[in-house]
Amino acid sequence: MRASLQWSDRRVEDVIGNLLRAGVLLSAVVVLSGGVIYLVRHGHDRADYRVFRGEPTDLRDIRGILHEAASLHGRGIIQLGLLLLIATPIARVAFSVFGFAAERDWLYVGFTLLVLMILLYSLIGSS
Amino acid sequence: MNVLVFTLLVWLGSFAAGFLGSLTGLGGGVVLVPLLTLVFKVDIRYAIGASLVSVIATSSGAAAAYVKEGFSNIRIGMFLEIATTVGALVGAFLAVKVPTAAIAIIFGLVLLYSASLSARTQPVIPENDRPDPLATRLRMNGTYPSADGPKNYYVHNVPTGFSLMFGAGVLSGLLGIGSGAVKVLAMDQAMRIPFKVSTTTSNFMIGVTAAASAGVYLNRGYIDPGLAMPVMLGVLAGSLLGTRVLVKAKTRSLRLVFSLVIVLLGLEMIYKGIVGGI
Repeated sequence: MRASLQWSDRRVEDVIGNLLRAGVLLSAVVVLSGGVIYLVRHGHDRADYRVFRGEPTDLRDIRGILHEAASLHGRGIIQLGLLLLIATPIARVAFSVFGFAAERDWLYVGFTLLVLMILLYSLIGSS
Repeated sequence: MNVLVFTLLVWLGSFAAGFLGSLTGLGGGVVLVPLLTLVFKVDIRYAIGASLVSVIATSSGAAAAYVKEGFSNIRIGMFLEIATTVGALVGAFLAVKVPTAAIAIIFGLVLLYSASLSARTQPVIPENDRPDPLATRLRMNGTYPSADGPKNYYVHNVPTGFSLMFGAGVLSGLLGIGSGAVKVLAMDQAMRIPFKVSTTTSNFMIGVTAAASAGVYLNRGYIDPGLAMPVMLGVLAGSLLGTRVLVKAKTRSLRLVFSLVIVLLGLEMIYKGIVGGI
């Protein structure tokens, strides 16, 4: 019992490690590609972040960002990469639900679902 | 300054912040916001947005390595994340109501606090340590790899740790930082978790905490892609390099040096908040 528990803990940790690595790598590649397009087109503009204006609505929610990225706008692609980055820990939490369920640790399945709901509310429900 | 030069300089600064943040376990975010606001004259709301996403990158990038080495404790992390994510949501909603000058002052105080914390010595765990009933029920006790094979440890004071973690979450959502200092305090001092375990578990939790407030910040238009791009890429590269060094390095002297930098930045944030420079 004890040995099988440790084995599956170890496995869950391995998969989580790989998931985090893949998510961060993918988002970094997307952000970098968007960044190159952005710098080629706007590299000689003046950089000014002194005054806060807030982002346009197209760069604020999932639907707008997907649309901007599909139009190959540099800023839209960067924002898509950042969205993937925000989704990475959420995916990690979602996977942990299965990990704990496989171990029949229902207490931790409950805890993890609670965290997952809070995260989804922030990303989707808070606008 | 044009966008190209600005991007390169911000990348370099973020790289350094990520490297030091990951080595000391305090997170890159703690110096990023002061760096962006004080040196690059970025509005603090944009700085917080960029810092938040980079905090996710640092944490997830580093956590991927730590999880495989067997230092981080996923159960402790997941349980405490209930407190940090609720706190992060509260903090993100508070951020709209609180004036930026007040945010700068709170930020300065958190920086001073982080610095004072890194100057403290690690608590010594007594040899005849007894398990705590609540921690045992929550299956938080574990082992970590050491030179003489796996070492057992017991977790203590779960309610205190949980409350401190709520506070860490609020600060994270309000200031766009990982709140590594408060998390490490909760785990090192209150829950008496071994140093390497608390540092890496804190890193593991920071990404989830930051994701909870990042959604709110994104929806509110605080995350600017042009700024977040060099910040995120720089911090990520720096923190990955820092992770490779952590397992071997003696962190104590480095934490002291880094804490000096943090003190200076903290004082300046408080000063600017009071005289109205932010």
